[in-house]
Amino acid sequence: MSIEIEPEKAQDAAGQGPAAPGRARPWWMRPAIHTALVGAVLGYVVGHWLGNFLSSSYARNALSDTNDFPIILGYVFGTVGWLGGLGVFNDLFRQMLGRPVPVLEEEHEAATGVARFFRYSLDHKVVGIQYLVGMIIYFCTAGLFAMAIRTELLSPTYHVFNASTYIEVVGEHGTMMMMLMSSVVLGPFGNYLMPLMIGSKRMAFPRLEALSFWLTPAAFIVLLSGILLGGFPFGWTGYAPLSVQASQGADAYAVAFGLMGISIILAGFNIIVTVINYRAPGMRWSRLPIFVWSMVTVSFLMVLATPVLVGGMYMLITDRTVETAFFASQLGGSSYLYQNLFWFFGHPEVYILALPGFGIVSEILPVFCRKPLFGYRVAGAGMIGVALLSFFVWQHHLFDSGINPEMRPLFMLTTELISIPTGFIYLVAMGTFWKAKIRFTVPMLFALGLYFNFLIGGISGVFLSDVPADTTEHGSFFVMAHFHYTIMGGLIFAFMAACYYWLPKMLGIKLNQTLGKIHFWTMFVGFNSTFLPLFAIGMLGQPRRVFEYARNLQTLNDWVSISSFVLGTSILIFVINVIWSTVIVREPETANPWQSRGLEWQVSSPPPGGNFEHIPVVLSSPYDYGVKDAPPVADLHPPVGVVSAAYAGAGVEA
Amino acid sequence: MAASEAPATTSPAEPRHARRIFLIWIVLALVADLLIWFLWKPHMPPGDMSTSAEHQQTDIAILALTAAPVMLFVWTYFGYALTNWRYRDGDEDDGPPIFGHTGIQATWIIGTAVVVLAAFVFGTVELIIPAGAGAGEGPLPVWKPDGSNYLQVQVIGQQWQFTYRYPQFGGMETTQLVLPQGRPVEFHVTSLDVIHSFWAYQLGVKADGNPGVDDVAYTTPEHTGGFTVRCNELCGLWHGAMFNYGTVVSATDFETWASTTETQLAAVTKILPPYALTYDPTVIPQLGQDVVKVAGITGANGYYYNPGDPVQP
Repeated sequence: MSIEIEPEKAQDAAGQGPAAPGRARPWWMRPAIHTALVGAVLGYVVGHWLGNFLSSSYARNALSDTNDFPIILGYVFGTVGWLGGLGVFNDLFRQMLGRPVPVLEEEHEAATGVARFFRYSLDHKVVGIQYLVGMIIYFCTAGLFAMAIRTELLSPTYHVFNASTYIEVVGEHGTMMMMLMSSVVLGPFGNYLMPLMIGSKRMAFPRLEALSFWLTPAAFIVLLSGILLGGFPFGWTGYAPLSVQASQGADAYAVAFGLMGISIILAGFNIIVTVINYRAPGMRWSRLPIFVWSMVTVSFLMVLATPVLVGGMYMLITDRTVETAFFASQLGGSSYLYQNLFWFFGHPEVYILALPGFGIVSEILPVFCRKPLFGYRVAGAGMIGVALLSFFVWQHHLFDSGINPEMRPLFMLTTELISIPTGFIYLVAMGTFWKAKIRFTVPMLFALGLYFNFLIGGISGVFLSDVPADTTEHGSFFVMAHFHYTIMGGLIFAFMAACYYWLPKMLGIKLNQTLGKIHFWTMFVGFNSTFLPLFAIGMLGQPRRVFEYARNLQTLNDWVSISSFVLGTSILIFVINVIWSTVIVREPETANPWQSRGLEWQVSSPPPGGNFEHIPVVLSSPYDYGVKDAPPVADLHPPVGVVSAAYAGAGVEA
Repeated sequence: MAASEAPATTSPAEPRHARRIFLIWIVLALVADLLIWFLWKPHMPPGDMSTSAEHQQTDIAILALTAAPVMLFVWTYFGYALTNWRYRDGDEDDGPPIFGHTGIQATWIIGTAVVVLAAFVFGTVELIIPAGAGAGEGPLPVWKPDGSNYLQVQVIGQQWQFTYRYPQFGGMETTQLVLPQGRPVEFHVTSLDVIHSFWAYQLGVKADGNPGVDDVAYTTPEHTGGFTVRCNELCGLWHGAMFNYGTVVSATDFETWASTTETQLAAVTKILPPYALTYDPTVIPQLGQDVVKVAGITGANGYYYNPGDPVQP
């Protein structure tokens, strides 16, 4: 099997590429988001009709007394219609019919303007921006649900919502954050920057990449539509038999989670193959930027853990429609089965959310410390260690469930062991700080925020891993505070660091640094003020997902609610900053504002179509700050023949 | 990994950073640990009402004693670094090219490993000594309290209430959880519909109730008084309202209460299904009229029981 090598040719200026077939049609005839919506609606109607036609008389979900067949088929057909409307299958049919298929390089250069962001684009830079905007929209939507939760919890007895609305809101918030945010870094920054960082002109599988993105709006819409069906009363975990018993909103949960599962499997698969096969000559594994290492480890987690989730969701759907009884104890099923399946995915999932954060801050630190990354191998080993161990800890979610008590010490051990590789990330940071020249830029502030927050999140995790302490803390607000500290305080702070660090590169436009600093401080103070008291609330006996609580906890809960509104405001400042800077002010950014050695900073901002004029030859580590006579990170204009010789030397057919 | 410069060495003009950081840290850590042990521990949840709660209190305090110095070390270092090694105006040079330091890396890895393994050993001891630490141990418990004079209490979760059966008192079922002081209690937690979790907060007991599963947890109440029971696993719409209260009374008061209640409830106990470790609500003939049956599986909407059964004594 030969590896496809880009020809070393001078690139045409953007928009000059030969027109692909079908380009002559008017814009509304060409597949884009509007045709996708039409396809989705048609698909849903057809699926719903088919479901009713097939199962009007017999398929009743016994526990919930609802007929879920039409809903499930509607969602499935609607998703296929959505993808069909986008033109996902067009090239497939063209190939089947023997017609010419547009060439990828032409795709990269031909499309310009805003319209390409609403299309099924095969350009990894377009997909990256699509992911970025999508993720911010999903995050803000789920964040609004969080605001709603905190509004309800202002009072222990007076209710803003009724019990059923509240539980819907809790479920939507948790599920949307946990399932859609699993791609919050890998989607935008992984897809956009990774080829630039490894010196590639493209991703390995552009169609899978585009599909992985376009499944996320489908999952988002399906999940939100659950509200129209009455929502789902079981949080993001969806424990059976409650999820089998629940009404039709649960179908939205299962289908949406399944779709998102497929999306992250495809995204992860694409990243792994790209990093292995598309590195530029000289980009050894030991020179790989640490962010790319985090993307690789996360992708392995995605590819290996998520199929279990998709399987679990499929079993849930069949339990709900055709009464397969995987989880019904009366019929020989087991409620433990779902818990095991869910957490076998769910625990790697939380590291899917944590590792990209480590990657981002470790990438940013050397630039603003003006020093090499301390212990590069240790950082990589830490990420690999976390990824490996994350498959052996899932039973710590079930310490009180009654499964295999004699195995509790084992899972306590594996869970606590994972803090060793996590600690490497701190060792690397502390070593990099030693006698550094720290520049307090906005990305650096957010990176420092991660180190502060994740320390609290990680150490509280050790309390939870300890079975006796967990007996009190399990399922309480303590757990809730813990994982918000690791995910919101870790991943989202890192995401913000990445936005302020890389958005100027991706958009070619400066972001307002003053607003950025205001954003950081409101977010940092608001975040800690929101989640630190929740540890106390949990320890004082408030279980998760309740909408009535003990009267003596009202002061703390009110404090948390008001802080959460500050936190919400800080996200608003971020959105305003991005819109203000990119739409109104539009101050162009230089190629390398941070004086970074990263390969992605050696090209213009934004990078040209096709990323590099020639495949670069990587000459040294991206972290050689302060090294006397260090060679530039890469030769962007290698002499003709060097690249093909390098590939030939590696035994690859060019 | 070769170090081009050992971070510990300092040029004569520079202060000895490592020693300064260490001194600041050791003072902060000592103060924090003293505060945790003497000021915070006596008030630390979940209190000392039972053996398991008391052990959890100690356990959480010891973990806090370990965690505080670790966190303070990182924070002290960060604070020191951010104040001392910041960018000065006009200084465009890069920092010293330090790529790593084998000794420091090895020390860190060994140090964290020792702390983690110590936490594991301690946690295991604290799990075994108080008989499973109050956590649900499933149908075949591994760790039991000494003696065999357990008071058996079955906790039945259903949407959305807990009821309690006392098999040693004729299998009577009440909505009141009353326990004697000083006698080991063996909770048998089960569920009739979805997963619930029995959390007796002040007793330090938490055990999931799964349908068709008998989940056993132990504790020995040491002080009399009231405690809160909350459902700790999301079980549907009224999960937040699924709580009630229990009391620990003296052994003699308990005997009086139990025999009185047993007599009071005799008529109701007769129509209840016989005491069992688990119940299948689809095949409880006594309750047939009140059970919603659809296609062979029972709907679970919290009305397996007639609202009057079991009655509040």
